[in-house]
Amino acid sequence: MSTTTTPLTTFKRKIKPLVSSPARIALLVAGLLFILSLVELLTGFSDISSPGTSSATLRFAIPLLMAGLGGLWAERAGVINIGLEGMMIVGTWTGAWFGFLHGPLVGFIAAGVFGLLSGFFHAILTVKVGIDQAVSGLAINLIAAGGARYLSGIYFPPKGGDRTVSPPSDAFPTFTIPGVSPLLERIDGKNIFFISNIAGILNGVTKEISLVTIAFLLIVPLTSWIMWRSKFGLRMRFSGENPMAAESLGINVYRIRYIAISVSGMLASLGGAYLSLVASSVYREGQVAGRGFIGLATVIFGNWKPGGVFAGSLLFGFTDALRIRQNESVMALIIVAGIVGALMVLYFLISKKWKFAAFSIVAALLALLIYLKVDVIPQEFVTVFPNVATLVVLTFLAQRLTPPAAAGAPYRRGSE
Amino acid sequence: MRRSRIFWGAVAPIAAIFTSCLLMYIILSLRGESPFELFKLMVSYGFEPRNLVSEINLTVSYYLAGVAAAIGFKMLLFNIGIDGQYRMGAFFGAVVGAAIDLPAVLHVAVIIVVAMIAGGAWAAIAGYLKVRRGVSEVISNIMLNFIAAAIIAFLLSPKLLGSLPEGSQNVQTKPIPASGQMPTIKIFEGEVYSVFFLAIFVGVAYWVMLNKTVFGFNLRATGLSFRAARSSGVNAPGMIFVTTVLSGAIAGLVGIGTLLSDTHSYSMAFPSGFAFTGLSLAILGRNHPVGIFFAAFLWSFLERAGQVLEFEGIPPEIVIVMQGTIVLSIVIAYEVVARINLKQQQRAVGKVNAEVLAEVEAK
Repeated sequence: MSTTTTPLTTFKRKIKPLVSSPARIALLVAGLLFILSLVELLTGFSDISSPGTSSATLRFAIPLLMAGLGGLWAERAGVINIGLEGMMIVGTWTGAWFGFLHGPLVGFIAAGVFGLLSGFFHAILTVKVGIDQAVSGLAINLIAAGGARYLSGIYFPPKGGDRTVSPPSDAFPTFTIPGVSPLLERIDGKNIFFISNIAGILNGVTKEISLVTIAFLLIVPLTSWIMWRSKFGLRMRFSGENPMAAESLGINVYRIRYIAISVSGMLASLGGAYLSLVASSVYREGQVAGRGFIGLATVIFGNWKPGGVFAGSLLFGFTDALRIRQNESVMALIIVAGIVGALMVLYFLISKKWKFAAFSIVAALLALLIYLKVDVIPQEFVTVFPNVATLVVLTFLAQRLTPPAAAGAPYRRGSE
Repeated sequence: MRRSRIFWGAVAPIAAIFTSCLLMYIILSLRGESPFELFKLMVSYGFEPRNLVSEINLTVSYYLAGVAAAIGFKMLLFNIGIDGQYRMGAFFGAVVGAAIDLPAVLHVAVIIVVAMIAGGAWAAIAGYLKVRRGVSEVISNIMLNFIAAAIIAFLLSPKLLGSLPEGSQNVQTKPIPASGQMPTIKIFEGEVYSVFFLAIFVGVAYWVMLNKTVFGFNLRATGLSFRAARSSGVNAPGMIFVTTVLSGAIAGLVGIGTLLSDTHSYSMAFPSGFAFTGLSLAILGRNHPVGIFFAAFLWSFLERAGQVLEFEGIPPEIVIVMQGTIVLSIVIAYEVVARINLKQQQRAVGKVNAEVLAEVEAK
């Protein structure tokens, strides 16, 4: 019994695990939504909480999520996969082509298989041959982009496509959660403060969602389970942290990496197929448009954890969705950012973290300034938000990030 | 000794080119074409004087990108930010060049210096993050490439620094006046940009800097072993930063030829993808100024000559696949050769050890 243990500290100790886990995140999200509802009520811009925005967010987030999970699998096993972009191109092309020939399901299967092969190729080059991981990834990006363009020129024109656009394939069946969606729509229509806004957001993600979307979302908990609950996952993370030690304990690091990188390629490729089969119905040249690299960014943003990757892809998918929606939404978000900044100033002042408080003040003032001075946020900056956000995280929060220690380092069996 | 080193240095690139030709042969055969006829066609098309001129001009751009990458490689830096640095250099060179009015030679010099500063400053961000924050330059540079493209697209709007010429759809910067333009050399019914000489100067300067100066020695030392260099008194983190900036400054020159001798203004039509090209060329040319030149010529030759395939009904993008294969094969070849060498050394050491052991036992 120590004298410093007061009832308050024991209470804090008991409550802390609860608050620091999903409950705290849920609380934060609810708080954000509350501020958002308030802003929407005051300004009259109601686009952000409309079903259209949330369903577009989900649609844009899924490819990023798949690429991010692909990056996560590879990096957790100790190999950086810069070839995600190329592997997504493989998926868009094979998905669209086989989807056109034999239906979307075959398209996805083909994309999975070819993605697996492209991942395996990266694995041979980086694990077996041992060439630089960045060179291998970049070469895969180049070969995939060139190869897709070459094959498009040969296969698409005779089948009614174009040199850059594939012939369209059938849509995948969609699914509306019965009972829930109409109810949410009714609540959304009633315009009750806060509740209607949430209903609007939920409506977008429960109405007419593709079965593929659901299946891909399930990969997040599955990955989480494999990485932290299964024997294979433990060995995989071990290979990514310290391959020498892993090898000395009898783990076959090479085999683990082969499997992990192949899965990485498959996931990225499926994300690409989502672009050409669900988000649209054709392959189009340049469709991937840097999403593989943003997937790489979600891995950093999500601190090399499946849930974090999911959150990152939602955030970046949201900014992607904003691009095609009204400009007022961006303005409303700037106000939300300003309010959040102001609240953070208060929080940090109370907890006497002066440095963070100063940062928050600057951020809040910046939001205010943008709101007052700028009429239209240029689209270019909305597009590039994920890249800026990643750099900021890397710059200011690098100490909090916990990347796998051996990711990116060359490793040869039996050598130091 | 000297000859054999050159010979062994050239074996891997030639083997890689051969491998990728073989792959192309197989791909084309699968299409039912006769590959040798096509190769012949490509070579004769590529060596037509008209095409040779445009190849030389492209070679110059690629060469500068290759040297920029090579400087980074000497420090074990993977400068994939060349794309963004080149854009920044060309864009701000164009903007400043259009805004000022100076006598001819001085005007050009100012534009070139501005382009180098812009490229170097953009690279400095990645350098700072690497040295002070431990951020991998690969990730930061990939992000910076996208950010550079967005910033320029934003600044290029007619309301800010760009302009929309009458009857055109492409926004571009205001034109650079005649005093800021570089002459071209008329040769084979074409015009070779005089930035060619600048590229030669950069190549020579790169070699001298690396091999004949203290700075170059420190650079190579830090690249070979960060800790050893640091403990012998080299400011290793500082060297990394300066090398990054230098690499970015050279990358800033990549677009200068097109800008000052051809378009006289920057537009979104400026090509992209110099980063991977530069890195490939540095790998292919083994970071040597002459090797990079041959690699750069090969690259632009392939790209130009590949266009003839279009007339034969073959998508010319197959050349991109070919380039990717060349890079992969050569990296694999280097790796395999390095491993064989290591094994031989180990064997040699083992032999000596065994002899020593035998002697000891005999006593």
